[in-house]
Amino acid sequence: MVSDPLIQVRDLCQHLGGQAILRGLNLDLFPGETLVLLGKSGGGKSVFLRHLIGLMRPISGSIIFEGQEITHMNERELEPVRRKIGMLFQDGALFDSMNVFDNVAFPLRERGERNPEAIIDKVARSLAMVSMTGHETKMPVNLSGGMRKRVALARAIISPPDVLLYDEPTAGLDPIVSDSINRLIRHLQSQLHATSLVVTHDLVSCNHIADRVALLHEGQIHFLGSAKELRESRDQIVRDFVDGRSGETVY
Amino acid sequence: MKILSIVRGLFMSALLSLGELAMLAGETFSSIGRGRIRIGITLRQIAEIGFGSQLVVVVTGAFTGAVFTAQAYFQFSSLNMETAVGPVVALSMFRELGPVLTGLMVAGRVGAAMSAEIGTMKVTQQIDALRALAVNPVDYLVVPRTLAMLVSMPILVVECVGLGVLASCYVGVEVLNIKGVYFLANIQKFAEGSDIMMSLIKGFVFGGLIVFISCREGLRAKDGAVGVGRATTATVVTCSLAILITNFFLTMALNIIFPAGQW
Repeated sequence: MVSDPLIQVRDLCQHLGGQAILRGLNLDLFPGETLVLLGKSGGGKSVFLRHLIGLMRPISGSIIFEGQEITHMNERELEPVRRKIGMLFQDGALFDSMNVFDNVAFPLRERGERNPEAIIDKVARSLAMVSMTGHETKMPVNLSGGMRKRVALARAIISPPDVLLYDEPTAGLDPIVSDSINRLIRHLQSQLHATSLVVTHDLVSCNHIADRVALLHEGQIHFLGSAKELRESRDQIVRDFVDGRSGETVY
Repeated sequence: MKILSIVRGLFMSALLSLGELAMLAGETFSSIGRGRIRIGITLRQIAEIGFGSQLVVVVTGAFTGAVFTAQAYFQFSSLNMETAVGPVVALSMFRELGPVLTGLMVAGRVGAAMSAEIGTMKVTQQIDALRALAVNPVDYLVVPRTLAMLVSMPILVVECVGLGVLASCYVGVEVLNIKGVYFLANIQKFAEGSDIMMSLIKGFVFGGLIVFISCREGLRAKDGAVGVGRATTATVVTCSLAILITNFFLTMALNIIFPAGQW
């Protein structure tokens, strides 16, 4: 990579419930790339993602976004940073008191858009990008898991962000819906040219969308390279993850 | 030693809670000061808190006024002081029963719902989604509820007191045959504008207590459905105790400004 990193993470540490989750994690995210962060369930991938948007504060370490240190910012100071980042939560985190249209229109209205026609037009375009046209009046409770993720993605991209963070976008979905979500992520990359960080443990998804792959192991980045390099790696920890070996011999 | 450490723990936890409440209140009023007010949501909350609570508050006020009148009559009639029933009931409703009962009913109806709603949003990551979308949860959730509560509570207190006094008049004059002219004249003689002021101030303060306690409990909910249930219970218990305890200190303080018995 020749350009400067958009996000630089240095020596990030976090403890939860007396357990070290992140132990001096270092990672650079470059403009326009899609980096897939792999790792075991409960290994701290989502925790790491939440730090990037200021939803959690680290015990130590730094996160520099566009040259600005964000770990010491308060909620008000973080607002301009968050406007440049879109995040897809694991279960969508749609507002259950609003229908699909209002959920997707929410960021526009909160950023001062008052023209109803402009809102209708932008929501329609955003829903079309995630193939959810025609579901505007449905409530989140009446949507399937895949549909909720699509609507959440439409909400995240309605004000085109510089960075998109995906938290387990295919978790809990069947292979066909997972494939459609992977294609959607690829499609959005080509349409929005946003920098993307995808947290997952789904290797199929990783092979489909990754420019670079990082493997989180015991709170640190253990491997960083292309999806091809990951598949061909002879490192024992990488091999165990790629081949799905737990290493347990009890059963 | 163990008891001492438990007492110290309880004291520290109460102090921490008070600090958190003060910080939430400070942040809320600072947001209001900066004009971060969402009119539409505030109006919806006024409908929910104010309009939706009217029935329960009015029924509570009316039956409290009625039963208090009956009990006062049973005691006063043996002393031939039936006409004193009106002012006793009216002053009690204005100064104490109206605001306290309204506060307790609103805490049970609105405070519990508020903390359950915000708590559910917290445990389902909807509050994180708000923050991720650069929307401050205090601006979006707490400010409209605070404004709605501060507008609604004094009105609800007036309704509760008004219906209490009306019910008292009906029961006293029509059911217990107290002379209507004396009953009303004595109410007019003893109940003053300062009693109404005291009622309104108490309603305003209790409204603030309910909204900040409810929102704080909701915002710190965790551990899924169990956590939301815990937050809701804590809201009702804390609000009720806070209203009863604050009422004593408010009565003492307000009695200096609006002294009772200065006719």
